Amino acid sequence: MPIPLDGPEVLNREFLEIRARLLQIAASLDRMDRAAGTVRSDGRLQQIQRALAILQGSAADRVEQIQLVFSRPYEANWKATFARDRTKS
Amino acid sequence: MYYFDPHIHMVSRVTDDYEMLAKMGCVGMSEPAFWAGFDRGSVDGFRDYFRQLTEFEPKRASWYRVQHYTWLCINAKEAENVSLSREVIAMIPEFLDRPGVLGIGEIGLNKNTKNESIVFGEHLDLAMKTDEQILIHTPHLEDKYQGTRMILDMLCDDSRIDHNRVLVDHVEEHTIRAVLDEGFWAGMTLYPVSKCTPERAVDMVEMYGPERLLVNSAGDWGPSKPTAVPDFILAMRLRGHPESLIRRIVYDNPLRFFSGSRNFDFTPPEVYQAAGL
Repeated sequence: MPIPLDGPEVLNREFLEIRARLLQIAASLDRMDRAAGTVRSDGRLQQIQRALAILQGSAADRVEQIQLVFSRPYEANWKATFARDRTKS
Repeated sequence: MYYFDPHIHMVSRVTDDYEMLAKMGCVGMSEPAFWAGFDRGSVDGFRDYFRQLTEFEPKRASWYRVQHYTWLCINAKEAENVSLSREVIAMIPEFLDRPGVLGIGEIGLNKNTKNESIVFGEHLDLAMKTDEQILIHTPHLEDKYQGTRMILDMLCDDSRIDHNRVLVDHVEEHTIRAVLDEGFWAGMTLYPVSKCTPERAVDMVEMYGPERLLVNSAGDWGPSKPTAVPDFILAMRLRGHPESLIRRIVYDNPLRFFSGSRNFDFTPPEVYQAAGL
């Protein structure tokens, strides 16, 4: 389906919002650095860093990729796993 | 523009919300059974809840000329209690012939556990035996991708299920394609933080088209916005999309899907206008 807006129009409309959101992320990361205690080994921070790396890429499906960063993996054999658990119990 | 909110939990909202929604163009809504914020202790607790959904909420909605419909089930969060779930599933048929009952929902998974999958399967079995449509809840946040795939596995493995009679709700960018590719209806839920924004919902319309796509507020007792569908309508307009496309998603599509339920008896607002009411 065609998108009614062209690229320059999208940038004009959303530039300030994007800028504000980037500043919000930067401020959150700075706040964690200033606060006592470290979160360097927290898996959630690693997820955030992987998501930020995706933002810097040029793929057309950045949202979907970032969603998957924050998702548990799908295991295709889940039914067999549940059936095995049932047998054990 | 008239619209239909296909997923909203009005038992958690005040009467003023019905009035506000009516003023914003809402002429119909469907309310799936869900978690009350605490686990109910007995099948009679559910029986009372189903009476509220089928008796009082349609009446409260009608005060503002909003047509209220509902779906019945025990939700995934309470499905860990398999014995209670079985009692509730056995009781649901008492209500299936009541006016406005559209089917079984919102069933699904929450933490993607074995017990949840057992209760989900038994709900599917009930729906098939009673020829009901199905409305499905997919999990939140990090559990959504895995849970949605598991739900699709179970649906696609059951040859009795007509995919065109199933609505899979709360889709996002990483789950919408699989749902639509399998021929199911897909619902986008507009939640402030945990699900989808109006702007991202418009993106998904642009990427996948309007066929079998719905948008809802899922307004409930938590942080949520019952007027999220009008937010989506505005976002579509600001993006430059025609009124006909917007109407298709917020009005025509819900009516098309719900028309598959035998208890769906909808009076279009134009009928009231023509009658001078």
